[in-house]
Amino acid sequence: MTQKLRRRDALKLASGALLATPMLGARRARAAGKYSPGATDTEIKIGQTMPYSGNASAYGANGRAHAAYFRMINEQGGINGRKINFISLDDGYSPPKTVELTRQLVERDQVLLLFAPLGTAPNVAIHKYMNQKKVPQLFVATGASQWGDPKHFPWTMGWQPDYHTEGHIYAKHILATIKDPKIAILRQNDDFGLDYYNGMIEGLGKDAGKLVALAATYEVTDATVDSQILQLKNSGANVFFNITTPKFAAQAIKKAAEIDWKPTQYLVNVAASIGAAIRPAGFDNAQGIITANYIKDITDATWATSPDFVAWKAWMAKYNPTANPLESANATAYSSAFTLVHVLRQCGDDLTRENVMRQAASLHDLEAPLLLPGIKLNTSPTDFFPIKSVQLARMEGDHWKLFGDLMTRTAV
Amino acid sequence: MEFLLQQIASGLTSGAIYACVALGLVMIYVSTDHINFAQGEMAMFATYIAWTLIQAGIPYWVAFGLTVLIAFTGGLLIQRFILKPLEHAPVLALVVCFIALLSIFNAIAGMIWSYTVKQFPSPFPSGDPTGHGLVSYHQIGVVAVTAIMLAVLTVFFRFTTLGLAMRAAAQNPASARLMGVRVSWMLALGWGLAAAIGSVAGMMVAPIVFLDPNMMTGILIYGFAGALVGGIGNPGGAVVGGFVVGVLENLVGTYLIGNELKLTFALVIVVGVLILKPAGLFGRVNVKRV
Amino acid sequence: MAAVTNSWATRRGIGAVAIVFWLAMLALPLLGNVFPSESFDYYMFMGQSMMVYAIAVLGLNLLTGFNGQISLGHGAFFALGAYVTAILMTDGGWPYWATLPVVAILCFGAGFLFGFPALKLESHYLALATFTLAIAVPQLLKHKAISPWTGGVAGLVLDKPDAPFGLPLSPDQWLFYFCLIVAMVLFWAAFNLLRGRSGRAMMAIRDHGMAAGTMGIDTSLYKTITFGISALYTGLAGALSAITVAYVAPDSFALPLSIAFLVGLVVGGLSSLSGCIIGGIFLVLVQNWSQSLSDWMKATFDLRYDVPSWAIYGVLLLLLMYVMPTGVAGGVGRLYRFVAQKLAR
Repeated sequence: MTQKLRRRDALKLASGALLATPMLGARRARAAGKYSPGATDTEIKIGQTMPYSGNASAYGANGRAHAAYFRMINEQGGINGRKINFISLDDGYSPPKTVELTRQLVERDQVLLLFAPLGTAPNVAIHKYMNQKKVPQLFVATGASQWGDPKHFPWTMGWQPDYHTEGHIYAKHILATIKDPKIAILRQNDDFGLDYYNGMIEGLGKDAGKLVALAATYEVTDATVDSQILQLKNSGANVFFNITTPKFAAQAIKKAAEIDWKPTQYLVNVAASIGAAIRPAGFDNAQGIITANYIKDITDATWATSPDFVAWKAWMAKYNPTANPLESANATAYSSAFTLVHVLRQCGDDLTRENVMRQAASLHDLEAPLLLPGIKLNTSPTDFFPIKSVQLARMEGDHWKLFGDLMTRTAV
Repeated sequence: MEFLLQQIASGLTSGAIYACVALGLVMIYVSTDHINFAQGEMAMFATYIAWTLIQAGIPYWVAFGLTVLIAFTGGLLIQRFILKPLEHAPVLALVVCFIALLSIFNAIAGMIWSYTVKQFPSPFPSGDPTGHGLVSYHQIGVVAVTAIMLAVLTVFFRFTTLGLAMRAAAQNPASARLMGVRVSWMLALGWGLAAAIGSVAGMMVAPIVFLDPNMMTGILIYGFAGALVGGIGNPGGAVVGGFVVGVLENLVGTYLIGNELKLTFALVIVVGVLILKPAGLFGRVNVKRV
Repeated sequence: MAAVTNSWATRRGIGAVAIVFWLAMLALPLLGNVFPSESFDYYMFMGQSMMVYAIAVLGLNLLTGFNGQISLGHGAFFALGAYVTAILMTDGGWPYWATLPVVAILCFGAGFLFGFPALKLESHYLALATFTLAIAVPQLLKHKAISPWTGGVAGLVLDKPDAPFGLPLSPDQWLFYFCLIVAMVLFWAAFNLLRGRSGRAMMAIRDHGMAAGTMGIDTSLYKTITFGISALYTGLAGALSAITVAYVAPDSFALPLSIAFLVGLVVGGLSSLSGCIIGGIFLVLVQNWSQSLSDWMKATFDLRYDVPSWAIYGVLLLLLMYVMPTGVAGGVGRLYRFVAQKLAR
């Protein structure tokens, strides 16, 4: 069986090389590089699962932006002469579907790697499979803390700062700045909500039980979170930690203002999109809210002249014109797609899955576009958390105003 | 005490939303004898049309009227062109068609307007009349609009020939046809009215929950429960049912079982009521001829 | 009505087709040994999913198609089966196959008990009650009181079993056989159940409950037991799903799953055993079809937007209902009779 396969693969490679030689021969005298399935002299095949439908469909903007970014790279000549073939499939945020589609991508379509599959549960569902198959599960689009575990899962790597650390950072900020805090927490009843919650509780230390006045949950199928906000206000809390997705964040912020509840508010980064949460909630209602950012707020005039923002703007107009320009996912996706392209460029002609992971694990002070000044990507064979820093920001007027120093994972 | 009042007030507001949706369901049920699972998505789609009109600079009430008209026409056309060929299909085939419609509306709305939430304006003044956040003008407005729709519908079905003809067409198509009622058109009219009611519901809901393509998915479940607990064939019952579900959900979540299971628990109570009173609180028991 | 829908079972021709079908299924995984291919295991996995859905749809069909009780909540029994298997495998350290009898007993019990309130409810009201079940189960699974066992929101990761006795099969080939054996047993059992006295009673209740009662059929007992059997089938499908996917989480059992079963049932064909298989295949393939169609449309017409695949899915469903309102099995049956009549003339 293996022999047969090898022969076929060799044939495929040879034919690929033959086709490619006339085009690339002039530029590169060398023979074909080293390849795993999914990479040839002319093409790099990349797979992804993404919720384009269902309750989490708002996140689909990420996948569309990734595709748009790769379109730009291809028009610019690709990666070392190879075009990206990006296959992004709709899993509707259903883990069994993710498994099916991932197997389709890996076994039938033979992709080189999986890039930024979205969601914690879908990624957990394929975690073991990807590591058994030794296929890179790169820069997963979820902030759960379990993705940086190179010892047990050397084929899986996160990208964004993890939720747990972020919750921890808010806790420290509350303890440092608010006298006698009584904390009310609203969280989505899923893994994302729980990760932030645990980070906060851990950060508060042994007094957490006393400091948290009330923690309420909501389901994504709930019509409103009005009832929960009333409960939280009634708890007498003076701090409100808002662990929600943008839609419910907007509802919560608006309702709190309507019932005249004015605690110090912390809003998780996931929901800190001006376009998707703050503007709908009303800027008046959102003044003073604190969040942690790692990516530039695309609606903030401060960045209007920075070169990466100008490039992003041009890219949005040319390659992603149907997307909502206020949606911060377009910035995040742009930056993470940049990271992947950087890694693949670094691979040179050695496009094996091993080398992809090796390159991904040796980022050194990489400056990805749209990250806040000073935030750089660093990885090593024992460190699979590319972005470790965030900076606190406060809502002032119609944008996030950064304050304080960068806070990093190691520092907390 | 104030906290309890607030929870009840908030429950009544959600209840008004559920009642609006329930009215649309009742409308289709009374006129076609089916439960339309696409009702929520139709309302959502109409609300997006209103949003687009308002963005184009058309004053709110003009946009409101236009949307209701467009929704009415749309509902009519859906029945005439999409559902007409299936008039004699088995019930479950129709249910699958409703699911198909639901998918189509949801996906198309996502394609055109994206899944990012949008703010939708309220026609009522901001702020609240009580002074300490008990209810807002919009909440009072929603309740008032629901009451008006209910009154209009009741009058329509009780006292107009057309309303009677529609009920007859749904309950006994064969006899109605013999009496000279154009049954097929009555069904279409029912769909048009239901879509119009849905569009009003959507425009009332959107300022509270924000506009996105999945806006109505959760609400439809509550509306469904409200309509059934009140009696699916009875507009007044459905409205009361909607309010009951809204208040029940808040009280259960706050005082009894916590927010994690409030929907489940509220629904269990609803089903419990239905077991004791199978036709709903205000429904009449259907007597079947054997 | 009952006579019409059940007449296929008595026609010997179809019986032969069924035997050939199952034999072909038995031979299918061996193709992988004859023509090895990287993607063969993936197709095996697709086959497993199809069988899982076919069994689940069969469970729903027993209840809705043959007994006339509608359910929008069979995802709940599917979830129950999946979680029982997952918990026994992780906490109890049970082998995967040993969990199936437990699942069968528990799901039968759950379905049987749910059958009692269901007796009081008809059509729309039963739909709401079962709908409640579908909504309640994911929320219950997440609840902190039982999260030590269910893994809460994070779910449970399972180990995928290897082929036993040193058989020269890949894990996916083996699981295909495992699912196939379970499916064959369950379809055979359903076939016998429906052919016999109980099956006739079930269908009599569907066609006219009151008349069935006056003829001496204990309608309440039959209805509750049917609910139990139906839940048992769907629960076993859930158990197989947990084993083949090797992961369970509350997100896997949300409302769309229950709706999917209903769609599979209607598309395949109510009151038809072969329809269940068609339904299972449809549920697995339709999304891939819609996706391919969407990609094709975008490429061919050079569109700015992606045509959303769920809109295409909706249109496909509508067209299917126009052409075959009684499902594919019903439609093919009609076509068959039509052709047979033409030929006879």
